[in-house]
Amino acid sequence: MSLVFSQLVNGLQLGSIYALVALGYSMVYGIILLLNFAHGDIIMVGAYTVYYSMTMFGFHPIVSVLLAIVISTLLGVTIEKVAYTPLRSAPRLSLLITAIGISFLLENGAQLLFGADTKSMNVLISGSVQIGSTNLSLAAIVTIAVSVVAMIILTILVQKTKLGKAMRAVSEDMGSAQLMGISLNRTISFTFAVGSALAGIGSVLYLCAYPQASPTMGSMLGLKAFVAAVLGGIGSIPGAMIGGFAIGLLEALASAVGLSTWKDAVVFSILIVVLIVKPTGILGRKITEKV
Amino acid sequence: MNEKKLIRIPTPARYLINLVLIVALYLVIDALKNAGVITKYWNGILIVVGINIILATSLNIATGYLGQLPLGHAGFMAIGAYTGGILMKSLPVDKMVAAGDTMGALPYILLAILCSAIIAGLFGLLIGIPALRLRGDYLAIITLGFGEIIRVVLTNIDSVLGFKFTYGSAGLKRIPKFSTFGLVFICVVVCCGLIHMMMKSRHGRAVLSIRDNEIAAESVGINTTYYKTMAFVFSAMLAGVAGCLYAGYLGSLVPSTFKFMKSIEILVMVVLGGMGSMLGSILSATVLTLLPELLRSVADYRMVAYSLLLVIMMIFRPKGLLGSYDFSMSRVLEKFLNWITGRSKAADAAKSEKEAAK
Repeated sequence: MSLVFSQLVNGLQLGSIYALVALGYSMVYGIILLLNFAHGDIIMVGAYTVYYSMTMFGFHPIVSVLLAIVISTLLGVTIEKVAYTPLRSAPRLSLLITAIGISFLLENGAQLLFGADTKSMNVLISGSVQIGSTNLSLAAIVTIAVSVVAMIILTILVQKTKLGKAMRAVSEDMGSAQLMGISLNRTISFTFAVGSALAGIGSVLYLCAYPQASPTMGSMLGLKAFVAAVLGGIGSIPGAMIGGFAIGLLEALASAVGLSTWKDAVVFSILIVVLIVKPTGILGRKITEKV
Repeated sequence: MNEKKLIRIPTPARYLINLVLIVALYLVIDALKNAGVITKYWNGILIVVGINIILATSLNIATGYLGQLPLGHAGFMAIGAYTGGILMKSLPVDKMVAAGDTMGALPYILLAILCSAIIAGLFGLLIGIPALRLRGDYLAIITLGFGEIIRVVLTNIDSVLGFKFTYGSAGLKRIPKFSTFGLVFICVVVCCGLIHMMMKSRHGRAVLSIRDNEIAAESVGINTTYYKTMAFVFSAMLAGVAGCLYAGYLGSLVPSTFKFMKSIEILVMVVLGGMGSMLGSILSATVLTLLPELLRSVADYRMVAYSLLLVIMMIFRPKGLLGSYDFSMSRVLEKFLNWITGRSKAADAAKSEKEAAK
């Protein structure tokens, strides 16, 4: 029983990281219909920020964490300004290829700058809590709590504030939103900023679970988070959450039954099945195409 | 009003001209090899160039002509490579290949190439039918997932029904090295010829119309799902051929070769050369294979340069270096003949006269 419980918590911990990253994908896709492949690599940059600020500069962990979030946010907005804004009216294919290019640029740039080896660091959060007969790691509890809080804040931001309203308007119809006096550039940049900040938080939570950084750590994490976003319904905030938890639990389950080397294949098979059976995902809305 | 019509080279003659040029190219390379200008090392690189040309032109069918973005081309290549590798290992060709008896081994080699193409095509069909029904970026995602699944499966499975087959992450070793330069050259010519003929046919035009406007194509009665699947499967089949040749060139296969990175490398070749231009794909595959060999000292920066190139290309010249331009020797000859005989001037004059009359 306790084994099942601890696997469940593991799954939820991993799932909340996926959910946070998936939210970034989902928001960006919802607003400019772009699969931001570089999103996963922002996590990698965040992780390296924490590593260097803690080991090289000896900053306090909290300062490092804040620094990671700030740098991730700045990076996300810069990428949007430099690479995606000039292509706003270009065909979707060009935008997608650009996103892939940025993703590979970040990965290979990191490999050149920081080396290809994995950098290990001290655990950010240690200790555990005794609940009943099982030990729960504090990191897991913090991870799950932080992601739930982040999602609540995000929902309020999107549903209740003026900027959130602008975001929803732009994702509904870019042209009309602009006619209503909404600044497209500012709204899209804001979306990227929020998504990248979430990726920054995600990177910190990832470091709580696996305290190491490597140039390619973001790509698989990003791809799986993307699968989570598609599973939950891309463009939907609660969908990304559900998808993230589902993928995390599924991976924990695959590892628990001894298929840990197969878990990537399991995740991508789920993706293919979801796209065939219900392409809009669990909570996605149907997009009708206008001729 | 003008009695002199423009000279047009008839189609059979056009094919003949191309054939002569291709044979001439082969003879030149062969002569260079015999003269010792092309060493054994460079011979190997030329084989890789050939394999990359097949990969780039085959991806170009799906990306340039069909307007989709498959990100799992390395997966199809892996299927072709493993099919070819396993077949060649189990067929009695080891000694023939080792002795250089290419003619004796040729039926087996052709069988292996054909099987690789068919099995890669079958997987293409399997993935293409559901994926191509969806619009937008979903094809990219599904093919990406598929490529990863293939790699994970190849890494984890080492025997099928008790037969040692793929040897898991240790890799498939001791495949007869059957890919000679001549074989690869012929395969490149046949593949490019097939693509050219398909794209100039009724089917090819249907594929192009889907790229330009899917809804309009559907409304004039083109079965879009059928043509999309056909082009996609064709692309997968040729990737399988390239994979088979790759297996025969290296002699050993490991699953980690066929990572997502490999798919992107092929994509860079297509995007750089120009989506929808066969010449563009061929040229950029050649240049991007030769360049890292020539610039060994800065090889570490290769992937950074590739990715920068991709972004800069998309921002400043999204069509690629050549756009959709395709070179035709016959067209150049026609222009030359017309210019020599002074017919093009007459035609221009007639054209401007016509426009003035409007």
